Amino acid sequence: MDDVAAWFQWLHKASGIKLTVFYDAYDRTRFVEGFATTIKLSAYCLVLSVALGAVAAWLQGSRTALVRHAVSAYVQLFRNTPPLVQLYFFYFALGPLLKVDGQPLLGSFGWAVISLTLLETAFAAEIFRAGIEAVPKAMIEAAESLGYSRWQAYQRVVLPLALRATMPAMTNNMVNLVKTTTLAYAIAVPELVYMSAQIWSEQVNVPEMMVVLLITYVAIVGIINQAMQWLEVRLRVPGFGQ
Amino acid sequence: MNTQTASAALLARIGKRRSRVADFFSARTAVALVGALAASAVLAQLQAVPGRPSVPELLIKWTPLLAQGFLFNLLISVCAMTLGTAAGVLLGLTRISPHAPVRGASWIVVQFFRNAPWLVLLFFVMYLVPFEFHVGGVTLPFPDWIKASLGLALPIMANMAEIVRGAVQSIPTGQWEAARSLAFSRRQTLWQIILPQCIKRMLPPWMNWYAILTMATTLASIVGVAEMMTLTGRITNAEGRTDLLIPIYSYVLLWFFAYCYPIALWTRRLEARYAER
Repeated sequence: MDDVAAWFQWLHKASGIKLTVFYDAYDRTRFVEGFATTIKLSAYCLVLSVALGAVAAWLQGSRTALVRHAVSAYVQLFRNTPPLVQLYFFYFALGPLLKVDGQPLLGSFGWAVISLTLLETAFAAEIFRAGIEAVPKAMIEAAESLGYSRWQAYQRVVLPLALRATMPAMTNNMVNLVKTTTLAYAIAVPELVYMSAQIWSEQVNVPEMMVVLLITYVAIVGIINQAMQWLEVRLRVPGFGQ
Repeated sequence: MNTQTASAALLARIGKRRSRVADFFSARTAVALVGALAASAVLAQLQAVPGRPSVPELLIKWTPLLAQGFLFNLLISVCAMTLGTAAGVLLGLTRISPHAPVRGASWIVVQFFRNAPWLVLLFFVMYLVPFEFHVGGVTLPFPDWIKASLGLALPIMANMAEIVRGAVQSIPTGQWEAARSLAFSRRQTLWQIILPQCIKRMLPPWMNWYAILTMATTLASIVGVAEMMTLTGRITNAEGRTDLLIPIYSYVLLWFFAYCYPIALWTRRLEARYAER
């Protein structure tokens, strides 16, 4: 670790390339904290949006027309409006209204989780719905003839198969989610872009930090792609796909 | 890879069925949206104090300015789309180059710009491209909004490249062989036979990316371009009214929805029509 720091310090002296995140303890801590916040934000939104997306997809198959239309309106609204405006809507318009004893109920991180979760749920719902419709009707009929209720059949038969059919689309969605968390910068969530912006405005090393930032994001996305590909192979069911 | 194609085919088939009911949904959704906006305006109206302009009055008052901002968003989106499409087609052609090093290099470029967050790319261009250029004694100004268009064109370029590659690869190999037997060169085959057929296949995903780009133009507000979001922030500061916040942000959402949703519907209809053939 010291060698790495020493080398980057030498690089700064020798060439003027100022990568403080590698040798300045304060900058490194900030960058790592920003990284942790980005991962935390992505993880919360991912878990919540997958859970809510499954519920929303189930509701879209509801027998009540009103429920179907309500879910559809929600999905179309969130898919066809700018994510940044949604974020501002929650943070600047709804945020000040939700107060407990004069204190705001949620901070910028909380609102970022809510806003991004609602956005990603809209995408996840569409993906799951497509996956569910890809499950052969005969499967559901077979489950029903074995005495499964609608919910049981959904949970035990439809969902496990649908999840596998939607894996490639879900990977895309996860990548988009990580990329979208950068918007939280706009409401001062201390995530990766925000921390990097602080570092580059103090150290005046914009080009270097930009490159570090881009490489970090491309690396996160690369890891997600690899992990999901591994998972896809692991979860493969004989007789589906190839 | 095969699971991917299989599920993609399934998704496409489902999309076809869905589009037939899309019109019905669109009407419902729009009604629900307008209803929500009206309800929030009415709610705000209940707290209105005499002698102050009401929220609907304020919205009407600021509509011309917001419309100007929205036009600016559209201008940025058109510039970025034009740049991104032109660069993306060229990049896409290098993705299918017969030379392996060219293919490899363009693969790296495409992966990089597809996987980098839009906001970071925007920062990249905003900070690292100078605000004016000196060409032979003439100073060419390079205003913020052009830089923003440039920044937003980068991810469009990478995604366009993938669309071009996908479309070219979806044309049966027989077409290439037939062209070759008629003594067409590779370039002639590509430009006169393959690409004209690709345009139809590329149109729906291209439109989809245009809608995504239009929504992304609001990012320019973060880097200081005075588009609709920036103006909204200024208006709420100038008015200083908390009851205006929800209506005005809903109003902005509605503007974008009114522009992007029809594009999404149209895209789905085109997809369905092409899939049936």
